[in-house]
Amino acid sequence: MAARFIQRILKQLGFQAARDAAPESTALAGATFKAKINTTPAASRGYASGVRKVTLIPGDGIGPEISAAVQKIFTAAKVPIEWEAVDVTPVRGPDGKFGIPQAAIDSVNTNKIGLKGPLMTPVGKGHRSLNLALRKEFNLYANVRPCRSLVGYKTLYDDVDVVTIRENTEGEYSGIEHEIVDGVVQSIKLITEDASRRVAEYAFQYAKNNNRKKVTVVHKANIMRMSDGLFLRCVRETAQKYPEIQFEERYLDTVCLNMSRNRAKYDVLVMPNLYGDILSDMCAGLVGGLGLTPSGNMGLNGALFESVHGTAPDIAGKDLANPTALLLSAVMMLRHMELNSYADKIEAAAFAVIAEGKYLTGDLGGKAKCSEFTNEICSKL
Amino acid sequence: MSMLARTLGRTFFQAAAVRRLHVSAALNVDDATYNANRTTCTLIPGDGVGPELVYSLQEVFKAANVPVDFETFFLSEINPGLSAKLEDVVASIRKNKVCIKGILATPDYSNEGELQTLNMKLRTELDLYANVVHVRSLPGVKTRHTNIDTVIIREQTEGEYSALEHESVPGIVECLKIVTAKKSMRIAKFAFDYATKNNRKKVTAVHKANIMKLGDGLFLKSCEEVSKLYPRIELDKMIVDNTTMQMVSNPNQFDVMVTPNLYGAIVDNLASGLVGGAGVVAGASYSADTVVFEPGARHTFAQAVGKNLANPTAMLMCGTKMLRHINLPTYSEVIQNAINQVLKEGKVRTKDLGGQSTTQDFTRAVIANLH
Repeated sequence: MAARFIQRILKQLGFQAARDAAPESTALAGATFKAKINTTPAASRGYASGVRKVTLIPGDGIGPEISAAVQKIFTAAKVPIEWEAVDVTPVRGPDGKFGIPQAAIDSVNTNKIGLKGPLMTPVGKGHRSLNLALRKEFNLYANVRPCRSLVGYKTLYDDVDVVTIRENTEGEYSGIEHEIVDGVVQSIKLITEDASRRVAEYAFQYAKNNNRKKVTVVHKANIMRMSDGLFLRCVRETAQKYPEIQFEERYLDTVCLNMSRNRAKYDVLVMPNLYGDILSDMCAGLVGGLGLTPSGNMGLNGALFESVHGTAPDIAGKDLANPTALLLSAVMMLRHMELNSYADKIEAAAFAVIAEGKYLTGDLGGKAKCSEFTNEICSKL
Repeated sequence: MSMLARTLGRTFFQAAAVRRLHVSAALNVDDATYNANRTTCTLIPGDGVGPELVYSLQEVFKAANVPVDFETFFLSEINPGLSAKLEDVVASIRKNKVCIKGILATPDYSNEGELQTLNMKLRTELDLYANVVHVRSLPGVKTRHTNIDTVIIREQTEGEYSALEHESVPGIVECLKIVTAKKSMRIAKFAFDYATKNNRKKVTAVHKANIMKLGDGLFLKSCEEVSKLYPRIELDKMIVDNTTMQMVSNPNQFDVMVTPNLYGAIVDNLASGLVGGAGVVAGASYSADTVVFEPGARHTFAQAVGKNLANPTAMLMCGTKMLRHINLPTYSEVIQNAINQVLKEGKVRTKDLGGQSTTQDFTRAVIANLH
């Protein structure tokens, strides 16, 4: 009965309504809904109008400006996306702890896709990092960061083109710590087979989908023989399923050494949490900083794309920020939604503006304002 | 058989006599003084290209007439059959107080199923708590960044390298990282003392206390506390991921850095990469009374074994550091100048620095420049 009701709605109103109805209906209806997601090709997955909703978390500091810039460029490119802006400023929940507002959680859960500007974690006790909270809330298990040298912005390192894929739920960031006796602290690094396999699988899938040749697992199993050993074993086993992709194992210190000397050796890197955190930032350093590198978080309940730079409170509201990182993250998002033609168009326009070098923001050594940079990209579309 | 032994024995005896004669003639002193003026140093060739590099070092020492004798122990985890006993090696280092060590390879699994590596055991036994790597741009080595001059001081007896791991249930592994106030204070004090002694202005503490609030928090707190005793030296705090980013984009901002164990390994290697790689950076590990000199970036370079192409600069610089430590600064300078000269001329360059010369060529070039 309920199932038939759901199906009718599906036909009449499309997806959105069905999804809203799903929580109230029976498990059977849930199953129908799930099957619908899995079987329908992404391109036709949209609603009647073809416009899809994306949650937008503008963030703090320079966040609103750069989000506005991205929105403007998307409008100019006529991307079939409708933004749903939400605020994630922590509110006090029923348990007395500060947390993300339910509305924001619901929005991401419904839309499955989000774009997020930089967030500031309030200093002081009782505040969990918001980024961490979001990661937990949406089970964002893999962090993907492509780092590529940009034409037109010269750094000391050329031809960088690596992708770091980082396990994002456990490892050193498990948050399990205690002081055994005064002055002796024990922090636990947690490695599980499930999480390791999941990220390994994602890394190889990513390599395959993006025409990458090689996956390198970065580990320290010679020192942490069991924990990193487990991670290494999981990746090794996954690698056997993808014979077409080259696979190699490298120690973390070797990768660090080679990266700062000669990066051409690596392609896709997959690693546990802390190493990923360190290497992804280092790679960003190679290509010119966090203002230029996009980032995506893949989760079980959707994906969240974000710029990973800070909130830059010193230049907030002055129209000086560089929206490139958020824009490229949005481009990654479009690729994830299989709106590749729009992604390519916007990316090409952004790269062209940077390569021309006439309208560069302050962090890239130019004098242009955020709005000028944005307008130039719009005109190039 | 016995004849062969006798012949060999005689040859050795003669060689020894000749050498003794030669040396004493040069020094013009009697045997007792001769021995009193010589220093014995433990030597661990290590795995990979270690033995080749150590040979190069010995050749240079011989040519420079350095009054140092080596007590060689082959210590290895990947060749347990050939390895000397750890107790013997430790006893030798305790006795001599100085040691030169190549890099020991650490396999991903051990034959005895142990979690501790041989390196860790050696460090724990001798309590080699402070690893000091002085990363410096060298003359004649072409790199992206210039004028790098950073000292990285790494705690290396606890942290992630505690080798405490267990599989709670199949597929779930816990790895303990131990941070203690005592050892954190000790390394912080070492770093500030080093900075004071070497006229450095700033100590950067590398941490991840935003995530590991208790563990790295304790390390950071210890550094802050110690820094209060050194008002002339500035304490800077930097999160490890930002540190690596700063290191590749603007390495000149760093002066002395103090780090927990794993971050130290990362920063050491990254910084070494900036000045020319593992072949040109020397390091040393200190306990309260012994010093082990070893290359700063720990790579065995196993793929080059026997190919005669590794760069011996790092090992030779370990030697010069050692000579300075045992108060033979003149010998140290002579050798260091020779190395600098060879690097600066750039005619004899090993493969890692873009040349085609062999380890042997480089060693010979250094010897030719000893004056």
